[in-house]
Parts: sequence; structure tokens; C-alpha cells
Amino acid sequence: MNFTLTPAETEALLLSLKVSTVAVFCALPFALAAALLLARGRFFGRNLLNGLLHLPLVLPPVVIGYLLLVVLGTRAPLGAWLLDNLGIRFAFSWIGAALASAIITFPFQLRAIRLSLEAADPGLSAAAATLGASRLDRLATITLPLAIPGIISGLITAFAASLGEFGAIITFVSNIPGVTRTLPLAIFTAIQSPGGEWEAARLCAISVAIAIVAVLAAELLTARARTAIAR
Amino acid sequence: MTVEISLQHEFSGFSLDCAFAIDRPGISALFGPSGAGKTTIVNAVAGLLRPKQGRIVVDGQVLLDTGKRICVPVFRRNIGYVFQEARLFPHMSVDENLRYGWRRSEHPASEGEIAHVIAMLGLDHLRARGPSKLSGGEKSRVALGRALLSSPRLLLLDEPLAALDNARKDEIMPYLERLRDDARVPMLYVSHSLEEVSRLADRVIRVEHGRVVAQGSVFDLMAETTFGAVIEAKVSSKRPPDGLSVLVFDGGELIVPRLKRPGGVRVRVRIRAEDVMLALEEPGGISANNVLPAAIADIRDHGEAQADVRLSCGGVGLLARITRASATRLQLRPGKNVYAIVKAVTVDPQVTLWERETPPASKA
Repeated sequence: MNFTLTPAETEALLLSLKVSTVAVFCALPFALAAALLLARGRFFGRNLLNGLLHLPLVLPPVVIGYLLLVVLGTRAPLGAWLLDNLGIRFAFSWIGAALASAIITFPFQLRAIRLSLEAADPGLSAAAATLGASRLDRLATITLPLAIPGIISGLITAFAASLGEFGAIITFVSNIPGVTRTLPLAIFTAIQSPGGEWEAARLCAISVAIAIVAVLAAELLTARARTAIAR
Repeated sequence: MTVEISLQHEFSGFSLDCAFAIDRPGISALFGPSGAGKTTIVNAVAGLLRPKQGRIVVDGQVLLDTGKRICVPVFRRNIGYVFQEARLFPHMSVDENLRYGWRRSEHPASEGEIAHVIAMLGLDHLRARGPSKLSGGEKSRVALGRALLSSPRLLLLDEPLAALDNARKDEIMPYLERLRDDARVPMLYVSHSLEEVSRLADRVIRVEHGRVVAQGSVFDLMAETTFGAVIEAKVSSKRPPDGLSVLVFDGGELIVPRLKRPGGVRVRVRIRAEDVMLALEEPGGISANNVLPAAIADIRDHGEAQADVRLSCGGVGLLARITRASATRLQLRPGKNVYAIVKAVTVDPQVTLWERETPPASKA
């Protein structure tokens, strides 16, 4: 048996890693802002916003892929405008795959960060204020550093979930080898093609390995961040 | 240095309506039972709570005036706050905690002043540690130092000792006394403990049910309670009898067990009401060392069979608890001159004598 990856497999693996990395890091600022708003803000419609932001968790991914196609497809007004004026193409490109992944996994990050913000003692921020720290200063020196364990665990959970994203990607950006064919799509393709069982099994093993590494890394990094915080 | 505070606030069945001023350095105690509104007052002064109505002026700067819609945000008030829980930043070392407010101060303390505060609070060996590796008492001291190094013009302390056990309290008290006697920053000290207030405060503002019910010097206040009298006295340089010390106060001399203190040092003495005996004539041939002429100010019943007799001893308040039967037998009444007899051994220097290096700025 040969365990070296074929060029196509390597391509799918690297594409998956690229798509997921870009997805989680691009979603992070939005997740942070939303988590701060939901954890600290008291405003009308807070529960409604919370529900909306968690929609990607309950909506079928295919629906999200379809909605993205409707809004950002090359013939949709916004998609066409972006392509013509900014040269950004979402449809049928890896950027579109990253966007779909970012939206689907956004709630994972939001939830982890929000929980860690809510667990933090608001008294510490008040103490910082009496010591002369402005709101932004407090955010940068107290609130965010204390939320780092939550941010890390959110990032890694979202990354792992993003690696498995299938429905939204195949609906929005299709299954183009080397462009949008991430690991799950490659597995799907292998199963669909006659005699592809062995390749599908190999790709599944890679997926499982990555998932295990991600979960272990999440545990380790979160624990390390916690000890660094509780000096 | 003046602080004027006037506040009206209401929440869930509780109303706060109080006004007072602090016009001198030292420690002013906000004293009253739990739920009297003390913390609400200091939170409003710090800006952590916005009262329905109020006006707060510190050193001529209006921090809050609801009538004129002025409300200076917390971080611009330059008022230090020591919370009941130390609230140290867990992700920073002790040194980083100490310098957090200093870095943001408009008039940052010099390195010399920083060293002074760190030495005064005994923090030097703790600087590299993290807050989780500190004892409760050490945390309190770091919180105190952190607030001081932000160079506040007023320091608020909300029951800073309440979360500590008695041993830790005794550990912190001397630091607070040193801080008070250092007299660089006026302090508003919230407490429900007579012991803390009698030991630390210069002035007392009594708060009950959201109202200021009395204010004045700590000595006047103590004479009004059943806690016993607190007297400020100076160690006499006179050569005392064997194993004893002589303290001089406005009402005369007080002989107490030997204090290892040089003459001229000011101390506070607590004389418990139970330890004071009364006589109509100057007694002779008794073992008690202290016989102080005094006038009865008033007599109040204490329980079923006892009476608390308030005395003025050269203008200084003393309290004697006697049986009501004795009060009747001696025909005690306000205005009558008596002799207060205090056994020297009942004035325990370990418990009731507190050193004070400098005289208070003034007494109300």
C-alpha cells in the first residue's frame, strides 16, 4: 500500500487548509464585534440579533449556498458589481468557498468568544476605568486579553468545522478540481467515481487525522492561554 | 482640598438622599449598617453609578451635576477606588498591576514616589509575582498600591478589609494607618465595623437608610455609641512608674501598661464602658491607677438592668456602664460631677492602643 498523497489529494488538502484558514481569520473580527455587542450591549432587538447571527448553525448549508449564489453570483447585482468594480469574484472561486465556510462557522466563534466575555468579571473593567483607562483602552488591555482562551478555542473549533463544510461550498462555488474541490468535495467525488473507494478511504483518514490534531491543539492552546492569564 | 457630595437616587424600594462635605485630608469614614447605601454613595462618587439627581464637586471641579447635565466619565475623574475584592488584573504581574494607573495618570508619580509607596506597603518582594500567587492580605495591599500610584485626588475604599479574616485584617491595618498618617491623599472609607472606624477614621459620616444621620469627629461619634470611648492621647515624656506609661489627654493623665513608645507619640486608646467605675467622692486607698474628674453628660438605659453614663472629662467623652440600681443609689443625673475610675490593666495596649506618628490636621 502506498501512503504518499497523489497530486490531486495534496491539492485538495492544501486548498482545504487555505480556505479554512482564510475563513476563520476573516470571520474573527466580525465574531469579536458581535460577541462584544451581545455580551455587553443592552439594546432593543438584542435577542433578535442573537438569533439571526446563529442562523447559519440551524439553516441547511445548501440553503446558505443558494442564498450566496442569489446575492453574489456573477449575474446577481451585488456579485456583478463586485466583479466589475473591485475585481473580486466569489462565484466558482476559492474565495467564495472561504466566504461560505466563514458564514457557516461564524456562530462557533461567536459563541466561544461571547461565553468567555460573559465569564469575565465586569468589575475588572470598572477597576481599570477608575485607574484612568478609557473604554477602548479597557477593551485592549483588559477585556480582550482575558477573552484570549475563548478566542483560541473559537478559532480552532470553527477551523475544524470549516474543514468539513460541504453543502454550502458545492452549491455556491461548485466542485472544480484545484479551485473549489476541498477535502469533503474530493471525498464525495471519489465515492461517486467507479473504483474510487480506496481513494475515498484515504481522504477520510486524512480528515480524521486533521480533526484529531485540531481538537488536541484547541485543548492545549486554550489550557496554555488560561495558565498565562491566571498568573 | 474639598469634596462636596449631594445625591438622590432610588432603586427597588430603596431611596438615597444625602449630602455631606469633606474639607480636610485624612480618613473620613462612611459608617453604617449593611444596606444603608454606603457603597451606592462611593460608586456615584467614582462615576460607576449615575444617580437620578446629584452634584459632586472635587477641588472645584464639577464631576456631576444632573441639573446641568454634567457627568464626567469614570476614567477622567482621577478618583482612586479600592474595592472589597482586590480586583487585580489576573493577566498582569503585580508590578504591571501597580503601574496600570500610574501609566495613565496625568501627573504620574516620580520613580521616588513609586518606591515610597511600594516600600510603605511592603510590596517589593511581590513585584514579579502574579496575582494568583498572592495571599488575601497581599492582594489587598497591591490593590491599595495600584490605586495610590494613579495619583488620585481622592481615594475611595469600600470595605477593603471585609473579605479578610481577623489575622489578615490585623496585617493590613498598620498599612492603612501609615497611609492615613502619610496624609497625601484624602480618603473616604466605607465600613460597618466600629473597630475599624475607631482605629482608622478621623471623621465619621453616619449613614442609615440612605440618609446621613450624624457626622463629626470619630471621638464624638464613639462617645455616642455603646462601643466605649476612643481617646487620642500623647505619650508623656515624664518618667513613669515601674512597668507603666503615662498618657496625657485633654481630660488629664491616663496610666496604662508600659508602651514601647517614645514620649510625644500620639496614640488612640479605647476604654470599654464596662471597665469604667463611678464614684461621687475622690476615692482613696484603691488599686485603680486612674481617677479622673468628670461631669455626667447624660444617662441612657442599656438593657433591663444597666445604664450607660456618658461623661465629659475635660471635654473628652467617656462612657461608663453601671447597673441602674447604682445610678439610682448614687442619684446620678446630668450635670453632676463624679470621678471616673479606670483600672490601668483594662487598657490593653495590644488591642486598644494605636500609634499615630503625626498629630491630626485638626479635630472637628
